[in-house]
Amino acid sequence: MPEDSKTVRQIKFHVTRYNPESDGAPYVKTYTIPVREGMTVLDGLHYIKDNVDSTLAWRYSCRMGVCGSCGMLLNGQPTLACNTQILHIAKTDLTVAPLPNFDIIRDLVPDLLSMFDKHRSLKPYVVRADEAEINDPAGEFYQSPEELEAYLQFTYCIKCGCCMAACPTLATDARYLGPMPLAAAERYNVDTRDDGRRQRNQQTGSAHGAFRCHYAGECSRVCPKGVDPAKAIQLLKRKLVLDYLHLARRKKPCQKLHGPGQGKPLPNIPAGPAKTV
Amino acid sequence: MAEIQRHDNRLGIWGWLGGGRWGIERYAYILHRLTGLGILLYFLMHIVVTSLRARGIYLWVEGGFFHRPIFKVGEFLVFAAFAYHAFNGVRLVLVELGFAVGKPIEPVYPYKTSLNVQRPLLIVMMILAAIFLAVGGYEFLGLAK
Repeated sequence: MPEDSKTVRQIKFHVTRYNPESDGAPYVKTYTIPVREGMTVLDGLHYIKDNVDSTLAWRYSCRMGVCGSCGMLLNGQPTLACNTQILHIAKTDLTVAPLPNFDIIRDLVPDLLSMFDKHRSLKPYVVRADEAEINDPAGEFYQSPEELEAYLQFTYCIKCGCCMAACPTLATDARYLGPMPLAAAERYNVDTRDDGRRQRNQQTGSAHGAFRCHYAGECSRVCPKGVDPAKAIQLLKRKLVLDYLHLARRKKPCQKLHGPGQGKPLPNIPAGPAKTV
Repeated sequence: MAEIQRHDNRLGIWGWLGGGRWGIERYAYILHRLTGLGILLYFLMHIVVTSLRARGIYLWVEGGFFHRPIFKVGEFLVFAAFAYHAFNGVRLVLVELGFAVGKPIEPVYPYKTSLNVQRPLLIVMMILAAIFLAVGGYEFLGLAK
């Protein structure tokens, strides 16, 4: 914290604490800390750990809204602690709790494994018949900018779990795949290099798949990266219905163009300088 | 490695009410579920009441048990639940078929989501439900006489 920045306000942090070795259930502990302009919730937690209570545990890494580690429930809303300034959301009190719909490992650390297991089950990678090309690529696949835009939004997901914590359906159905994994499935389904949609349909079209979503929209509302998982799920459902009715257009995945340096240059383009390496 | 004890933090039915930023679609979601459950409850009660006929009990005849004013109000509530559930259901069917959610866009802060795109559809459906409700209420509550 810079020396010249002044304390603006004393804020009470009501932090959920839970130690699996000594506590039967989580409880709330209150810390009052001096808050200055620009301080994020992550900074506040660091202040507590450095100056008040060194036993407080949470998960973080990048401090800049990229890694998705510090997802927490701040004043009842799932969001990133590093991306949220204290004075933007709190006047006197701030509740800090672990993301709901996940087990608590300790204090503010949720167990995200259930989310990653579901994510993995949906094959979140390019699936193709020519596996050799995937494992040992010898060329490039052609994809137009328009084809890229069809899934680009969904690639911004940082797997923070905020959408899973906000989802009301997931709160009552633990086996529901949830917004993050389903958005990831849609991301690969519409990728023109991919040919795994029908494999994923078995999972996404199951009883605990995309049709458990009833569009409360909370996932899109809380997503710190603007991924819009609710949109991805609705577009996924549309394809599921079309596939079920055999109305979806069968398209072959895009093919390999050529190996490096094997392409035909366009006419009237002068040759490049000779290689120096 | 010793198994780490974890605390189950699933919200359960309270999750319908907690954890989110509370947009209008969240209220629509909760009301859709409640009206659905209400209609289901009415359906079960309806089966019980009509099955009493087998025992020679006719509760719905003129001057019978169900002609009390409270049941008139109850009947109107069932109608209201039906009107909301039906019109909101039409919106959900359209949205789930990929209509009115827009195409994927590059996320630029402040983010605009599919919720913004489908909001006019929600408003139109709620207006239609309100008109349906007003006309039905005029009839149900005996104002037409």
